[in-house]
Amino acid sequence: MSALNLQYEPKISQDGKIVNDFAFVVATKNGSGSQTSNNVLVKSLFNMGIPVNGKNLFPSNIKGLPTWYTIRVSADGYTARRATTEIVIAYNQDTAAEDIQNLPEGGVCIIPADWKWTHSRDDIIWYEVPVKAIMDQSNTPRDFTKMVENMTYVGVVAQLFGIPLDEIKRALLDNFNGKEKPANMNFEVVQLAYDYAEQNLTKKDPYYFEYDNKTEGKIFITGNEAGALGAIFGGVNIVAWYPITPSTSLVDAVMSYKHLRQTDDGKNTMVIIQAEDELAAAGMLVGAGFVGARAMTATSGPGISLMAEFVGLAYFAEIPCVFWDITRMGPSTGLPTRTSQGDLLFTYVLGHGDTRHIVLLPGTPEEAFEFGWKSFDIAEVVQAPVFVLSDLDLGMNNWMADPFEYPDTPINRGKVLDAESLQAFIEKHGKWGRYMDVDGDGIGYRTIPGTDHPRAAYFARGTGHNELAVYSERSDDWINNLKRLRRKVETARHMLPKNVVDYDPAKSIGIMTFGTNEPAVVEARDWLKKQGVETNYLRVRALPLEDDVMDFIQKHDRVYIVENNFDGQLYQIICMENPQDLTHVVSLPLGDGLPMTARWIVEQVLEQENK
Amino acid sequence: MAQTNNLGLSRNDYKGGKSTLCPGCGHDSIANQIISMAYELGIEQHNLIKMSGIGCSSKTPAYFLGRSHGFNALHGRMPSVVTGALMGNHTLKCVAVSGDGDTGSIGIGQFKHAIRRNIPFVYIIENNGVYGLTKGQFSATADEGQYLKYYGKNELPPIDLALEAIIGGATFVARSFSGDAKQVQALLQAAIRHQGIAVLDIISPCVTFNNAETSTKSYPYGKEHQISLHDIEIVSSGYVHEQQEITIEDYPENEVIQVQMHDGTVIQLKKLGQDHDPRNRMQAIQVLEQAQREQLFVTGLIYYEEPRPTLAQLENVTDTPLAKLKPEQLRPSRQQLADVMADFR
Repeated sequence: MSALNLQYEPKISQDGKIVNDFAFVVATKNGSGSQTSNNVLVKSLFNMGIPVNGKNLFPSNIKGLPTWYTIRVSADGYTARRATTEIVIAYNQDTAAEDIQNLPEGGVCIIPADWKWTHSRDDIIWYEVPVKAIMDQSNTPRDFTKMVENMTYVGVVAQLFGIPLDEIKRALLDNFNGKEKPANMNFEVVQLAYDYAEQNLTKKDPYYFEYDNKTEGKIFITGNEAGALGAIFGGVNIVAWYPITPSTSLVDAVMSYKHLRQTDDGKNTMVIIQAEDELAAAGMLVGAGFVGARAMTATSGPGISLMAEFVGLAYFAEIPCVFWDITRMGPSTGLPTRTSQGDLLFTYVLGHGDTRHIVLLPGTPEEAFEFGWKSFDIAEVVQAPVFVLSDLDLGMNNWMADPFEYPDTPINRGKVLDAESLQAFIEKHGKWGRYMDVDGDGIGYRTIPGTDHPRAAYFARGTGHNELAVYSERSDDWINNLKRLRRKVETARHMLPKNVVDYDPAKSIGIMTFGTNEPAVVEARDWLKKQGVETNYLRVRALPLEDDVMDFIQKHDRVYIVENNFDGQLYQIICMENPQDLTHVVSLPLGDGLPMTARWIVEQVLEQENK
Repeated sequence: MAQTNNLGLSRNDYKGGKSTLCPGCGHDSIANQIISMAYELGIEQHNLIKMSGIGCSSKTPAYFLGRSHGFNALHGRMPSVVTGALMGNHTLKCVAVSGDGDTGSIGIGQFKHAIRRNIPFVYIIENNGVYGLTKGQFSATADEGQYLKYYGKNELPPIDLALEAIIGGATFVARSFSGDAKQVQALLQAAIRHQGIAVLDIISPCVTFNNAETSTKSYPYGKEHQISLHDIEIVSSGYVHEQQEITIEDYPENEVIQVQMHDGTVIQLKKLGQDHDPRNRMQAIQVLEQAQREQLFVTGLIYYEEPRPTLAQLENVTDTPLAKLKPEQLRPSRQQLADVMADFR
């Protein structure tokens, strides 16, 4: 906790109302059906045109442990998680004391009346909901009571803060894919709770939802769904995987859009194979890439650990394949349901021997989609494994986004020789070897099995080959190979997604980050500006780093590198690759398992600037 | 002029690089039989991939079929690479070579799962009960009670990979001895035609580390104790481009078993004293159990059944290999993206 202890300052209207600029947290038990209630709330707000986000902070557990869901509405369009919320829906008795304690002065607590909870604070507003009485009044079948009773807070929130019931109904229908029966069962409880609030609760707080038009044309989607669609539009042929939180929903989404990749007669141009472990999944990618298919996996840190040997092999055998890492805390059980950016360094240099991998760093659903399809083109053009490093926050939470743009470049298979072009190559160069670098970009021409030419074949292996792919233990062959691979990395460096840069030469302070810290940094920059600290911005979107990163660093008196891991891994990579004086670069690493907040960044920067 | 096969190629055209294994290694004889098999059957090398893991045996794909793409993958992980390759292009044939360490220890999981998925390839285990490249440690198939210089006495029971294959659901399981060229050849010819996974556990003695007479995986032991279940002969070929069928003489029924394979090939098993029907799963398991108890090794086609659907068939992939689809078959339309986007509004 910073000594500054900054508080979020919402806009207050002349009549004392705070409209579309507050946050609340729903505290429930895992597996209690609160996911539906929370989704319905968030979707209703989105449909009302109010910029909204929902972040699920959940335990590694199927049922019973505490779970929190934070919802933030922001007329200004800020979508980062807020460090504190003004409202708590305290529906979990186990955590209620602490949840209530966390409220700021003047905060709001919505709590079941059945608990007979003493009003532990007199500086907050209490709204009590007779959950049991409402459920008794409803026609909910007994078996469903526990799953539906969370709808009581939906009804109370709708009434107190102003969500029209038809918006709730619409979101419920949407949630149940148009099925009336479950939607109606839930809605009955919403209606009863709404009526109760209307007749019995007196509004004492200043918080209101009001219709706006700021989500018009927008979509609401998780990064995992976006990535899955990217892969589908990127022509993936084989998705080999092993279930692991938080990547599972990416493959689930691929499955649910499988029909997009079926021919008219129902044949599949894309298959999903659930492997026996991540190791086998990676092996399948390498086999598929070797024969010329587009293959990917989605996993998280523990899975990447198991894939390490294959990733190294793919790098040296130069096999295209795509690895999604939806990063979480690790290792082992770690904090499997907490977000992290802790795999940056790990994926960048994964493998034994000298490796430098391509790592794409999406920070938004739009980028998850774009990098989803582009990763296959990059993998095939560079003939190398490509990582797409997302995280739990982007992967599993719903984000507002613009509808995805259709790929603007055709599918690029890279340098692949068929029988005819192989013949032409041989005539031009006298011979063909898999690892000959005739273009000087470090990238050879490959053939795939099935190529009907007597000289098309080559023998792939990890180490110890010359440019003709013949086994060799000669030192000069190996050094030449490593030098060529380094040339290839240099080629790749300049063909990856460009960094996002907002630069004004009048400003002397820069903030650099990557991935899902984007909304927090965007908000922090506005906040800092109000505090008199103007900043430039660079968001890294790929490794190896493009030249503009050092350029940006050199043009500022001070650069803050904000990242959600404990070691400051992006900072480390920059230092490692740039041995010049970087004393004006300040590492701001966090890594607390939660999506980054603007407040933390503002506090860190102000503390440094005020020194 | 050199003899040629139906593709006009000589046997030399099917050779690979020079072997770097110890002189007299059983693995080299198997490589030679693979060359002969492909030459005899007139196999198009560009439509075959040769795959392996790591170990002495796994080096051998470099020594045969020089016009086939090959991949020397990771220790124990050849099956997953083959799975990806044959899903990416289901029209390829595949001969894969592994060893007893590669399959029986580090790779036993992938071995079992490739069988479970019925990936259609010839899975050869060159089994010598010992780790050669690391100078002579026991493998998981080493005999109980055997002595090796490196380790002393092996107190653990062996894993029988043929038994594991049958239990795992493999539809073609054979065992042979690298010194028995004729049988290896016949089994390879049958296995390459099989439209499911075909497991060949071939005892291939290590002349350097495990050729003591007392080892069941030595030349002297193999020659002395091999009990062939049948003489195997391919009597008619399912390959359309090959010679017409050979007429089968009318053998008395209790001495000959004919097995018609999925592609129409008929193989004929001439009984050699044992009464074994390879289509009987329980009997196949019993034969292996019994042999293990008596420290004999039975060779031949131990188990065969009509193959189950392959993974590519179950997944209903396009007739065109996935790896060869055109860009327009890989990317849904602009309108389809717009429709999907509407789901998320």
